Amino acid sequence: MTDLLVASPAAAPPPAADAMATARTGRRVPWTVWIFGGLAALLVLLAIFGPAIAGNVVDGSLRQRLLAPGAHGHLLGTDGQGRDVLRRLIAGARPSMISALLPVLVAGLIGAAIGMGAGLAGRRVHSTIMRTLDVFYAFPAVLLAIAIAAALGSGTTNTVISLSIVLIPPIARIAETETMRVRDYDFMESARASGAGRGSIAIRQVLPNIGPALIVYCTTLVGLALVFAGGLSFLGLGVAPPKPEWGQMINDQRQYMLNDPQVALAPAIVIFAASMVFNVLGDGLRDLLDVRRESR
Amino acid sequence: MTATTGLQVTDLHTTFGSKSRAVHAVRGVTLHVGAGETFVLLGESGSGKSVTARSILRLYGDTAHLGGRVTLGDTELTALSPKAMRSVRGRCIGLVPQDPTAALDPLRTIGSQLVEVLQVHGMQRSKLDARGRARELLELVGIPDPPRVFAARPHELSGGMRQRAVIALAVACEPELLIADEPTTALDVTVQALVLELFLDLQRRTGMALLLVTHDVGVAEELGGRIGVMYAGRLVETGATREVLAEPRHPYTRGLLDSLPRPGIPRGELPVIGGRPPMTGEVEAGCAFAPRCPRAVSSCRETAPELADLGAGRAAACPVVNPVPALTSAVSA
Amino acid sequence: MTALLEAQDISKTFGNGVRAVSSVSLHVGRGETLGIVGESGWGKSTTAKMLLRLLQPDEGVVLFDGADVHRMRGSALRDLRRRMQIVPQNPQTSLNPRLTLQSSLEFNMRAHGIRAVERGRRIPDLLDRVGLDPSYARRYPHQLSGGQLQRAAIARALATGPDVVVCDEAVSALDKSVQAQVLNLLATLQRDLGIAYVFISHDLAVVEHIADRVAVMYLGRVVEQAPADALWKGARHPYTITLLSSTPGLGRERIVLDGELPSPADPPSGCGFRTRCPIAVAACADEWPLLTVRGADHLAACVHHRPQLAPAVTAVPA
Repeated sequence: MTDLLVASPAAAPPPAADAMATARTGRRVPWTVWIFGGLAALLVLLAIFGPAIAGNVVDGSLRQRLLAPGAHGHLLGTDGQGRDVLRRLIAGARPSMISALLPVLVAGLIGAAIGMGAGLAGRRVHSTIMRTLDVFYAFPAVLLAIAIAAALGSGTTNTVISLSIVLIPPIARIAETETMRVRDYDFMESARASGAGRGSIAIRQVLPNIGPALIVYCTTLVGLALVFAGGLSFLGLGVAPPKPEWGQMINDQRQYMLNDPQVALAPAIVIFAASMVFNVLGDGLRDLLDVRRESR
Repeated sequence: MTATTGLQVTDLHTTFGSKSRAVHAVRGVTLHVGAGETFVLLGESGSGKSVTARSILRLYGDTAHLGGRVTLGDTELTALSPKAMRSVRGRCIGLVPQDPTAALDPLRTIGSQLVEVLQVHGMQRSKLDARGRARELLELVGIPDPPRVFAARPHELSGGMRQRAVIALAVACEPELLIADEPTTALDVTVQALVLELFLDLQRRTGMALLLVTHDVGVAEELGGRIGVMYAGRLVETGATREVLAEPRHPYTRGLLDSLPRPGIPRGELPVIGGRPPMTGEVEAGCAFAPRCPRAVSSCRETAPELADLGAGRAAACPVVNPVPALTSAVSA
Repeated sequence: MTALLEAQDISKTFGNGVRAVSSVSLHVGRGETLGIVGESGWGKSTTAKMLLRLLQPDEGVVLFDGADVHRMRGSALRDLRRRMQIVPQNPQTSLNPRLTLQSSLEFNMRAHGIRAVERGRRIPDLLDRVGLDPSYARRYPHQLSGGQLQRAAIARALATGPDVVVCDEAVSALDKSVQAQVLNLLATLQRDLGIAYVFISHDLAVVEHIADRVAVMYLGRVVEQAPADALWKGARHPYTITLLSSTPGLGRERIVLDGELPSPADPPSGCGFRTRCPIAVAACADEWPLLTVRGADHLAACVHHRPQLAPAVTAVPA
């Protein structure tokens, strides 16, 4: 009896919750979304205008090698080649952000299409698509990204391609799960009976339902992609030096780590911080878009 | 009403949410169910009928604020500590919820769940005794093949059998009060009758009080006993079930009965109550039914009428206490 | 009256071997209401899906205006979709939670090439017709009550001017006082627009009220089919008689059936009702009786020509 009774209230939330949800017309934007959304926007702005602000970051002066932060107006000091670290970080924002945002965007579009297609298809097509995706799951994502990037060769374009491929399966999986959740709802039945085509049903009926979950997930993926892109560049598979890119800067300055840790730590911290911005923003969006409420 | 047996609920209020966004779901319910008596709480969604039942059990914990007094026998439930209340539930009050699947552990056999309940509440010391008693209980609730059901898991049983198993769990400790919340709603029409009969049969044998919550007039009619019709968190009419349903005094009860389809009413001409029932906690000043009431007078919109005694065990919360005539198009029946 | 929509001996067995629908034949005339009554999980919704061409029958054909709906292609199919619509069961999910009523209604119209200007003009009329204020077009489903949601779902079904609307338990989840309003609305719409309904419900009283003819289903088969009043006055199948007896407010003695509902996955041999039938005889175990004529437009599938059932002996105390 204890089981029975303890389980009951959980099964039946107070009706007040429903009434209040119904009475609610607008949603309050959580403070995390304001702050971290602002920070994310700042990062995007940096990616756009960074190189212009930073000026020449390729040539350094050997007399100014490895200056301590603050010295001679170099806020974060200079690196092993005598280049201003802060300016290189600002200039590096563009390739770093491109190789994180673009793959998520590409994989988001392709993954959503695959996931919705699988979720709305018949049983056989569905399982063919999902088992194919499982093959990609068999490899750790990082290894797969490295393998693809190594096969394609270095450069930003190839980083974007390899990361896009790696990110498609998880996004498709989320899109598929969400599509399966809504596909047996009554409104889908009436949509099918309306005579609308499959594409129209997918875009106008399914997408509005799975969109919020995808946006939340993709936002957090940007954080992951930043780390992955940094990793690829660190391995020399990204932007070719001397052009700055955060991951490549770590690799570049590795040799000075012991005596002047700031030269390699600075880009590492920037990658970590930027990645956190998108992670927390994703969490905030989850609350804002009320993804969980829809899943009841 | 000074009763030392059965359930006495006095001026029960249940409020959800914070002060600024309070939802007042139950707004002063007073009722008494004596030992061996049946009380049907009838109402539509949002009327507060289920919240009343769950508030008696104090199932909402900290999420709701309760006011008023609830006593069972000599025990004041509203004064008990949460821990003491837990042992009252199950031991002194059994609950049969609407959805039998949610009330059973899907991974364990019906038998082991019954044995656990019996042992937790100290009804049976030894496992062997508990098993014997569990089989008796399954037989008591009319399960044709107790050994099979004892060893079965919930998914192996039909909806009707599952609901019987839940009832067996609820009555395992011979509670003084059985609360059933829409116990037949999830069941098919022809099975409903059997389950309702089971409730009455159990009650005759054990002398427990039965509080049954339903939205279904047919279920109320079948059960008999006394009835309380709820609207917007208040009882608007009480009395003997069959009398209330035969000759309702409150305009809402009248309207509800008239809106049921039955032979002789031309298609499209069901007498309806205009508007819609208020949502939980959505209440304005005055009688909550006034906006939909064909007989509302100006005073109805100012003060909410209290339940007024009409004699013969009847009461209605309406200034118009005379029998309410049927709505016009129902006369053709 | 020639049938507008007709099912001839349709059957459906699912992949897991459950025979959901067996040899069901139904017909609905223009402006007529066919009620289908039976307990949940017994093929009513599967039948509806086959009528709507959302599910392919294994055997049998569904004819709309004389044409096989499951062979329709191209413009014929699009025309079928326009003329046949559905009002689903659950108010909470019958409308897309992420779309405003306007978008939901527009979706159906767009599928049939109705232009934006025309759509915008029709929506207030549609909402008005189902008793919703035109300002509701901008609302989301969670801002509406259950009754309002079903009205909106009816408006969506009407958006393309259908000839047949399938109501699959469309009022079952509503409170009784709201249910009566929606039933009246459906009747008014039928009178004004000449729509035919296939009205599916487990509630015999509701079906009797709204339908011209009623088909009673048990375990995937039609066991009795008759004009509503004929069924009310003289049901000829023991299951129908039992259902009638458990309808409140009729003053009939309730007949209580023993035994459990059989599972469609493991049906009894012969007549599916025999395990609970108080008047079953040995022959019932051999095969389902065929539907035979019992009166004008009245069919029943029972070995007894005029079954008599005694009400429950155990009197329920007041």
